[in-house]
Amino acid sequence: MALLEIRDIHTYYGAIHALRGVTMSVEEGEIVTLIGSNGAGKSTTLRTISGLLRPRQGEIHLRGKRIDGLRPHEIVELGVCQSPEGRRVFARMTVHENLEMGAFSRREKVPTADYDRVYDLFPRLRERTAQRAGTLSGGEQQMLAIGRALMSAPKVLLLDEPSMGLAPILVEQIFTIIKTINESGTTVLLVEQNALMALGIANRGYILQSGEIVLTDTAAVLAGNEAVQRAYLGGD
Amino acid sequence: MEQILQTIIIGLSNGLIFALVALGYTLVYGIIELINFAHGDLFMLGSFIAFVLISSVFVITADTPLTLMVAQIALIIAITMIATAAINLSIERVAYKPLRNAPKLAPLISAIGMSFVLQNIALLIFGPANKSVNAILPSVNILSAVGITGVTISAEQVFVAIVTIPLLIALTWFVNKTRQGRAMRATAQDPDTAGLMGVNVDRTIAITFLIGGALAGAAGVVQILYNNTSVWNLGFRFGLNAFTSAVLGGIGNLQGAVLGALVLGLINAFSDRYLAANWTNAIVFAVLIGILVFKPTGLLGQQLADRA
Ligand SMILES: Nc1ncnc2c1ncn2[C@@H]1O[C@H](COP(=O)(O)OP(=O)(O)O)[C@@H](O)[C@H]1O
Ligand SMILES: [Mg+2]
Repeated sequence: MALLEIRDIHTYYGAIHALRGVTMSVEEGEIVTLIGSNGAGKSTTLRTISGLLRPRQGEIHLRGKRIDGLRPHEIVELGVCQSPEGRRVFARMTVHENLEMGAFSRREKVPTADYDRVYDLFPRLRERTAQRAGTLSGGEQQMLAIGRALMSAPKVLLLDEPSMGLAPILVEQIFTIIKTINESGTTVLLVEQNALMALGIANRGYILQSGEIVLTDTAAVLAGNEAVQRAYLGGD
Repeated sequence: MEQILQTIIIGLSNGLIFALVALGYTLVYGIIELINFAHGDLFMLGSFIAFVLISSVFVITADTPLTLMVAQIALIIAITMIATAAINLSIERVAYKPLRNAPKLAPLISAIGMSFVLQNIALLIFGPANKSVNAILPSVNILSAVGITGVTISAEQVFVAIVTIPLLIALTWFVNKTRQGRAMRATAQDPDTAGLMGVNVDRTIAITFLIGGALAGAAGVVQILYNNTSVWNLGFRFGLNAFTSAVLGGIGNLQGAVLGALVLGLINAFSDRYLAANWTNAIVFAVLIGILVFKPTGLLGQQLADRA
């Protein structure tokens, strides 16, 4: 049974039919990437999984339990946490308070070791625990957004364009860290426009176009696919 | 000099009452960016609920023994706070929640509608004339007891401070130190992301209305024991002052609302005393327009409200 399974979901913004039957699955332990150009419906897919949008049709299952129709806070409690597009850190809270917010869904006392894990992954954040998140650089905010999502101890981590707007060297760093997070046991669904980097660390990928999955395969095969190279990898 | 001091004392007492109402505006604006026009009228209903409790249920008079009176007033405050909290929660359910995803103008118009509804409920039950209670708090001058003359602090003014200041402190503690307070601050900054972190956003908004309503109820009790009278359109004057306080302090900003309310209380007292009472509303309006034109973020900035 797949850890996360999305079956034929249709999501609308008013009259706009943004997702036209998206079907995909994520197995335990994988990094799966969802690739598509701007406006393809990648964020809409993640927002639908997280319960911020309700699909008008279709089903979403987490380990066989149906989660579409649940509200966002209920979905986090079940172990699906998202780092949204554009980072969306709580600008007026400190770095540490942001991490505390990340752990909000956990009722138990959160062990310091969990904070240390995030600070070990992102040493830059440790130097800035008491700094307001709004004053961090873009790269630091991205680290904080990922760290915050990790604080919920998710089974599946949804990442919406973590490389957006970052300098190439930072992008490299972030992708290495995503790989590390995955290796320590967290399943990842990674949304990216930066297809080359995403396919570099993923096991499998889906190509989304105008709200529909047009292609899926292992990351290696997709990276070698001519059409994919033309459309998303900038090759010719 | 003594007259000025006296006016300041009156102004600060007014200001503390405004503060309780202003916090309701600012909390709700902070969290859903709605100017809850019905909030002043909720305060008015609170003062009528207290009126009924004082004059018909507990029948408190100036002759009631002090300890009994204190217990009864505490009970009246509690009952009124619960009642106005429940009313405010219902208003949110009926008038605002269904419009959560509608354009911003829709809940605003709904709020104006709720304001009329509450005023008309008061008109229907209590009629158009002022309703008064007898002054029940002992008329002593606290300062003369310690040998200061020329300036008066009445028992009523002490009562205002005893009720309002702990509530202001409790609210600050709640918002800054509790789990639910953290949920409120996160929701105020970014409701979607708060939801993604596990905050029950609907419940957090409901709790915000609950707290705002309770504070308005407490203000209503304090108001009627301080001024001894209430009327169906009382919410307009207090609402105008409290809303202006919230805007002056930086709407969405809790400390700002309290600061703004104290300033507005002083403006009212000085205008009543040195200009003319019937000019006071016009002056408050002028202050409101002045802030909106020259410093729309208020004195302390729009803390809860501004988004990344
Ligand atoms: N809030 C919204 N209201 C209306 N249309 C939207 C909204 N958000 C996204 N869309 C539309 O839905 C489609 C998919 O958007 P999105 O999921 O953000 O794409 P991506 O993340 O792949 O860039 C686009 O055509 C976009 O214009
Ligand atoms: Mg997107």
